[in-house]
Amino acid sequence: MRPAPAGAGRRTHPMWFLAPAFAILFVFFFLPTLFNFVYAFTDWSSFKSEIRPVGWDNFADLLSDGTLYGALRVTLVYAVLVALFQNLFGFGLAVLLERDTWLNRAARLVFLVPVLMSALAVGYVFQALLKPDGSLNDLLGGVLGTSVTIPWLGDTTWTLVVVALIHAWKWMGLSMLIYLAGLKTIPEDVTEAARIDGATGWQAFWSIRFPLLAPAVTFNVATALLGSMNGFDIVQATTGGGPARSTEILNIFIYRTFGQGLFAQATTMSLVLFLMVALLAFPVIRVLRKREEVV
Amino acid sequence: MTRGIAARLRPPAVVALVVLVMGVPLWLVVVTAAKSQGEALSPDLSLPSRWLLWENLARVWEQGDVPRAFLGSVLVVAPSVLLVLTFGSMASWVLARRATRLNAVLYACAISGIVLPPAVVTIVLLLRQLGLAGSAVGMIGVYVGIYLSTVVFFVTGFVRTVPLSIEEAARMDGAGPVRVFFSVILPMLRPVLATATILICLYVWNDVFYAFFVVGGRLDTLPLNLFQVANAGLYLNNWHLIFAYIILMSLPLLVVFAVAQRRIISGITGGAVK
Repeated sequence: MRPAPAGAGRRTHPMWFLAPAFAILFVFFFLPTLFNFVYAFTDWSSFKSEIRPVGWDNFADLLSDGTLYGALRVTLVYAVLVALFQNLFGFGLAVLLERDTWLNRAARLVFLVPVLMSALAVGYVFQALLKPDGSLNDLLGGVLGTSVTIPWLGDTTWTLVVVALIHAWKWMGLSMLIYLAGLKTIPEDVTEAARIDGATGWQAFWSIRFPLLAPAVTFNVATALLGSMNGFDIVQATTGGGPARSTEILNIFIYRTFGQGLFAQATTMSLVLFLMVALLAFPVIRVLRKREEVV
Repeated sequence: MTRGIAARLRPPAVVALVVLVMGVPLWLVVVTAAKSQGEALSPDLSLPSRWLLWENLARVWEQGDVPRAFLGSVLVVAPSVLLVLTFGSMASWVLARRATRLNAVLYACAISGIVLPPAVVTIVLLLRQLGLAGSAVGMIGVYVGIYLSTVVFFVTGFVRTVPLSIEEAARMDGAGPVRVFFSVILPMLRPVLATATILICLYVWNDVFYAFFVVGGRLDTLPLNLFQVANAGLYLNNWHLIFAYIILMSLPLLVVFAVAQRRIISGITGGAVK
């Protein structure tokens, strides 16, 4: 398909069609981002009416007390864990529920319910479920025959993993759908041919079908990574960043400092998040664009 | 032989998984929402001694200001989705059809928002300067700004698969660009617009993070009020009210999903993996 020549294009596809979208993008997306680079270097807060430049002070403060490094580390670990769990679960479910029986169809619908629920709501449900005297410990106690009181959301090391598991629980249904769609695009005769050549079911799966799922993997990993780096609701509703700020991802920090009126600190962290995502995202964008060219 | 056993073990495994992984949390929501405050102090999986589901729903309906929050949510979600789809498709059409160097740059800028996080703190400052702080209009602008990237990305890819000849036929009949776009192109974009609508509704309807910054305390939406109910409720250990609110809030999307599940599922997957 050849695009129309530039001269004719002006009449048939006028550039003013871009105006509303780019006006909104400019005002509500690019301009605030630009402001980030300005106000991160000021003392903007709710306590003073004036806003004055302070150079790198905000960064120096956040670096010196270890907050910046801590929040970055927590966010990255959280994002990687979520991407890992969400894809493992989603992929497992897709393989388990691949055949179109009525039971599998029904099960798929059930796994989509959390995707529709508000993440905040999911967080509260798990906060109740994971209390030291909550239902999970009751169930475990019932199986083991002793009383179990594990503080799932009160451990400075493992709670981050638990919250990442909850995040993955909420979104695994979506990953499952995308893996299912990916599995459906692989023609039956490809697997058939492998079986005739003597491959076992296991071999045929990992060496023939799995590589063909590459687009679905790309999409799922990218969306899970980006979604969790921008995460907020689930962490807020389960731990609020605790215990001892061990689950305080960047957005929780931004929300907390903003609430305290420390707008410049919040802006600085917002800029840090922006830069971190931008650095990690360039390879992701390239993959997305390449995929799109193939389509 | 092992295949036979594996195949026979699969249905019970599916049932067990659904019950354990999904059933337990969802059951907890329903039974806790039906309990009295005393019974719900420490939520567990036991049945309520007396079902008070309606009473609790009625209480949060009032306490959580559900009608107003619902209206607030609709007031923000509907215009946001409508605007983001219309403006996004208009831009995508031209970006897809005119392959100039400028448009390649514009396209890259437009889709950068898929990955780059919005600057939530300075948005507040900007809205104050524009006189839109705390208003539905400001909130709508922010959502449109955030999700335009997604729409442009999906729709531009889709427009490229629509043959030019269809447009040209309409143009021969004397239709201008506005007519061509709205009566020829837009109807053809239905599948991809369906995907985008579902995803954006899901995100905006459930969003609480951006809403905190932009309209927190000034406009009620369902997730914002859930946060309020929960903050008050956690303090008083009112789990029955928190869970009753969660049920009320999740119902609209669940009903839509139940009615249109087949189209929604094919919508989501159709756009993502082509």
